[in-house]
Amino acid sequence: MIYWEIFLAFFIPGILGYGGGPSSIPLIENEVVDRYGWMNVNEFSEVLALGNALPGPIATKMAGYIGYQQGGVLGSFIGVFATVAPSLILMIVLLGFLYKYKDSPKVKRMTTFIRPAIAVLLGVMAFSFFFTSYHDTGMWQTLFLVVASFLLLEKLKVHPALVIVGAMGYGAFFI
Amino acid sequence: MKHLQIFLAFFRSGMLGYGGGPSSIPLVHKEVVLKYKWMNDDEFADVLALGNTLPGPINTKMAGYIGYRVAGILGLINAIISSILPTIILMIVLLTTITSIKDYPWVQGMTAAVVPVVGVMLATLTWDFFKKSQKSMGWVKSLVFVGGSFLVMEVLGLHPAILIVVLLISAIMIKDEKPEKEHQVERGNAS
Repeated sequence: MIYWEIFLAFFIPGILGYGGGPSSIPLIENEVVDRYGWMNVNEFSEVLALGNALPGPIATKMAGYIGYQQGGVLGSFIGVFATVAPSLILMIVLLGFLYKYKDSPKVKRMTTFIRPAIAVLLGVMAFSFFFTSYHDTGMWQTLFLVVASFLLLEKLKVHPALVIVGAMGYGAFFI
Repeated sequence: MKHLQIFLAFFRSGMLGYGGGPSSIPLVHKEVVLKYKWMNDDEFADVLALGNTLPGPINTKMAGYIGYRVAGILGLINAIISSILPTIILMIVLLTTITSIKDYPWVQGMTAAVVPVVGVMLATLTWDFFKKSQKSMGWVKSLVFVGGSFLVMEVLGLHPAILIVVLLISAIMIKDEKPEKEHQVERGNAS
């Protein structure tokens, strides 16, 4: 049964995440943390942090790891398959049909319409990450890490992988 | 030979693309159009546009489709494996290692410090999404959509999938003129 759950947990975000990988992150979190309870916010943030620190598409990395953690190599395969296969098969099968609609305003509107919903999911997720951090390490550590990483990422444009490694180094000594 | 090229093209663009699928599109373009000349700029733009009409990660859709065009089903499998497998293995090895040494206090410090940093990354993504939606539908409508989505998903606890399906269907159903705000209201009442 776990394999069926793994399939569903990644099939739903894969089939609904319009506009590329990042929009499926909160949908994955919704299945993995809220619905199936395979990991807590903390563990999910580790997966997301490492996923951000490593190159390559984010959704498949998460599916591969979480699938592996829940169901071994087969679970990993199922997670990735559920993420990748449905839309890829549609793309190859429906090519002619899609070709007709690729410049239709409807297609653009689909992405436009779900964007605010994804923004809400991402915002709620960000909030729960801050809250978890506040709960585990206190206000000052959280505030320091938030401000420092914001400045490094957004103002100084330091590579995300370096910021994550830096935060890990800081945490090893000071938390 | 062709398979080696497919492997190299998608391995390189997968390993060098940071920050999720969309950021590696220029890298895929470099390999597919400039280096191996499997398609020209127009065809590539078409594939990208086609990919965007469907949900799911863009990178694997492109890899799979281009691999398929170049060398059939085997090319498809090759391209997908080359673009995702290396980092999945890295991910599993690193995270399993972290989990096995979890009880040391310094490891706990490391993982605790990462949480707010990921929070910042998510907050910036949130802002990006909001800004993009403000650009495409203006302040008022984006705020209405954001407020409506928040109400439906977080306060009423509806599964995000249901809301997204409703949004996608209304995006298709609406006639090709300016979409109306009423749809948001209808949805709020219906749930």
